[in-house]
Amino acid sequence: MVPIYYYLILSAILFSIGVAAFLIKRNIITIFMSIELMLNAVNLTFVAFAHHWHQVSGQIFVFFVMVVAAAEAAVGLAIIIAIFRTRNTLNVDSVDLMKL
Amino acid sequence: MHLVLFFIFGGLCVAGAVNLLFQRHPINSALSLIVVMSSLAVLYLLLGAEFLAAAQVIVYSGAIMVLFTFVIMLLNAGREQRTHGSKAAYLVGIPGAAALVALLVYIFLSNRGPLGDAVLGNYLVTTSDLSRVLFRDFLLPFEVTSVLILVAILGAVALARRER
Amino acid sequence: MTGSLNLWLIPLVPFAGFLVNGLVGRKLPKVLVTAIALICTLIPFLQVAKIWFQFSSITTPYIEHLGTWIWSGAFHADFDLQLDQLTMVMLLVVTGVGFLIHIYSVGYMAHEEGYWRFFAYLNLFMFFMLTLVLSENFLLMFVGWEGVGLASYLLIGFYILKDSAVRAGIKAFVVNRIGDFGFLIALFLLIAHFGTLSYHEVFAQIAQHPEWQGGVLTAIALFLVLGATGKSAQIPLYVWLPDAMEGPTPVSALIHAATMVTAGVYMVSRTHIIFDRSPFALSTVAIIGAATCFFAATMGLLQTDIKRVLAYSTVSQLGYMFLACGVAAYSSAIFHLVTHAFFKALLFLAAGSVIHSIGGEQDMRVMGGLRKKIPVTFWTMTAAVFSICGFPPFAGFFSKDGILYQAFISPNGGKILWFFGWVTAGLTSFYMFRLWYLTFLGESRAESHELAEHGAPVHARADSKLAVEDEHPHSVHESPWVMLGPLVILAILATIGGFIGVPAAMGGHDEIGHFLDPVLGTGNHPPGGENSGLELALSASAVLIGLVGLLVVHILYKVKPELPGKLATQFHGLYNLVVNKYWVDQIYGAVIVTPLLLFSRYILKALIDRGIIDGAGFAAGATAQGFGAIVQRVQSGNIRSYAGWLAVGAAVLLIAVYFGFTAHF
Repeated sequence: MVPIYYYLILSAILFSIGVAAFLIKRNIITIFMSIELMLNAVNLTFVAFAHHWHQVSGQIFVFFVMVVAAAEAAVGLAIIIAIFRTRNTLNVDSVDLMKL
Repeated sequence: MHLVLFFIFGGLCVAGAVNLLFQRHPINSALSLIVVMSSLAVLYLLLGAEFLAAAQVIVYSGAIMVLFTFVIMLLNAGREQRTHGSKAAYLVGIPGAAALVALLVYIFLSNRGPLGDAVLGNYLVTTSDLSRVLFRDFLLPFEVTSVLILVAILGAVALARRER
Repeated sequence: MTGSLNLWLIPLVPFAGFLVNGLVGRKLPKVLVTAIALICTLIPFLQVAKIWFQFSSITTPYIEHLGTWIWSGAFHADFDLQLDQLTMVMLLVVTGVGFLIHIYSVGYMAHEEGYWRFFAYLNLFMFFMLTLVLSENFLLMFVGWEGVGLASYLLIGFYILKDSAVRAGIKAFVVNRIGDFGFLIALFLLIAHFGTLSYHEVFAQIAQHPEWQGGVLTAIALFLVLGATGKSAQIPLYVWLPDAMEGPTPVSALIHAATMVTAGVYMVSRTHIIFDRSPFALSTVAIIGAATCFFAATMGLLQTDIKRVLAYSTVSQLGYMFLACGVAAYSSAIFHLVTHAFFKALLFLAAGSVIHSIGGEQDMRVMGGLRKKIPVTFWTMTAAVFSICGFPPFAGFFSKDGILYQAFISPNGGKILWFFGWVTAGLTSFYMFRLWYLTFLGESRAESHELAEHGAPVHARADSKLAVEDEHPHSVHESPWVMLGPLVILAILATIGGFIGVPAAMGGHDEIGHFLDPVLGTGNHPPGGENSGLELALSASAVLIGLVGLLVVHILYKVKPELPGKLATQFHGLYNLVVNKYWVDQIYGAVIVTPLLLFSRYILKALIDRGIIDGAGFAAGATAQGFGAIVQRVQSGNIRSYAGWLAVGAAVLLIAVYFGFTAHF
């Protein structure tokens, strides 16, 4: 008998911690992990609402989010490896060639 | 009883997340994240999503986080250096994040009336229920995601290949 | 009634000639260019001649409607051509004299590199002039008016490599523009007051209201006069005509003697119904005419360039025509226009022949003794000189005396006007015979001068050197017959051309006056027989003063050739004043041109154009740049700063969505 909004607030807290981690950390891999954290927070929200409204599509959506997160993690880490090979650093502050 | 479980594993989630924030070595952050993932799997179980709980453990903790760990070890990531990259991130970002969480909490709290309780017996989605919907109503997205995975594999291989 | 007269052919054939010669003339062989130019001038002439022979069977005015032009609310202006007696006379003069001058130019411009360009411009001029004459409304006339100004500018500045020619062309165009401004104001007043620009509608409205006198009509007339003074080189806008002599001589003959400059006189005659209602405007015209006539004649007395003398003579004779219009003797003005076309064109063409013969020299002080060497030129020019001085039975006698008589009998100071005209006749005789003597009679002074200093370049060569023709010894030879033929024809016309206007006092029937009566008749012709004694007496006095002029020239230049020099030093103040043309150009330059130039250079250019307009553009650019530089700082390339902005944006969006749509606070 857990009120639903407990889950929702938990997910909000997890999400904001993910955002904070994204803002504070400098290691690119850690930033990636914070993205995964944010995705998971959202997944929790979906499942909670799926339970509330008795709809399966909420859980289906979580399924797809997991798939996409997996694909994204794979490709993203490959990119990080490629960048590491050229720049020899994992610090995002030194990868700012896209500035004007 | 469910409430107790919720608080334990919810607390583990938050603790893991905060730990991810405060650890300086990425491998520690990765391990904390594994804790978060696993706790979330239990929470899914509490909400009646048994397949998702399993998938969470298998895919997220078991595959994705392992991948992260491998990459950290491959690249020999060390402790983080304190570099001063951007003031905007602190000046604008932290208030933004704080505002976000405040807003969300406020919204959820002010709407808690209509939302009821999560009782375990109320709604249990079995794997067969899920697959029934997945392979009938959502067949197209399913196939598309399989293509997506294929593309991701190819992309990862192509990107990470050592140039000869 | 006859079928369609196809009036539209008359102006459009020369325009076709302009297009062909202008666009592809450079590549065509010279023979083809000549053929096109001459055919495109001959066809209008033949068309006009054909219309002339069937003129008595045409009901006038004959109007040809070619198409609608402007239709704006109640205002209507169309491409309408008309034919009446006045148009007929003008058409004969323009196409006839124009064709003769085209033939002459074939010989005169034979060595020019820009041969095709010359004939293209000449055809363009014919197109515009014929449009001016044939139009049935003020607007189409204005098109022709502006167009002849353009053609004049192009032809005066024909020697594009010669700085003085280019400047003269610009001067002509700008001064004409001032007159055109007056014309435009008159057009606006006409539209405002009459609601139409068609001759017939305007004149019909005036005829229906005999009580309309003065007021707006005076204003319209005065602005029309301003336009006319620009085009016909009267005071105060005559200054462009002497400079226009920089153009080739056929141009001076056609445009600045026979046709374009007479457009002002034509316009005043055409709109005489307006002028008749405004005695003030008529007096203005008469005074301007008399003053111009006299002053231009004085300026021509001491000029040394043969073409300049003729230029001032043109201004002076145009003054006569204006004087005639000013005393409402419009048919006398048109008669003088016709005879003037003959003898002035002849004078210019003959002068061109002289210049061509002696290899480009234009200064009369180094001419002389040419009578025996170029006889045909000599005799034709003599006919012209006698005609312009008004000796009977040459054409100029009848036309000039007609004007003087009408001036004398007109009320309100006509006798003063007559006096100026009479004195001018004497002055005319003086400077024309002076020109005649210096050029043809006496001993040749050519060898006793350094030709290189005085020779005016006649040809501009393709290798961009202005070749002075007398770089190699040039024997004096008669011009080719393609140039002499038109001279002879014009000489015949200048001699017998006056017989179409012999007044009744001398036993004639004044055919031209009666012919133009339906159009120009003002009802105040005094019956010829009444004052025939006065008319004969006035004619005799005019001839007398002409003879006095001849006598003075004979004394000064033949009998006592050292006298001119002595008189010049004795009256050197007056002499300087006249030789420098009363310093009018310099006064205009100082009072009008220089302040305008300073104003445009320092205020309009530096302050407004560069400062405000360019500055505004520059400021806009600088502002955008500055603003962009500030916003640019967002793009730092740093992921974390991007994430920060993202977080804020998400929060803002959430607020907007939640509190905007569900305002349940």
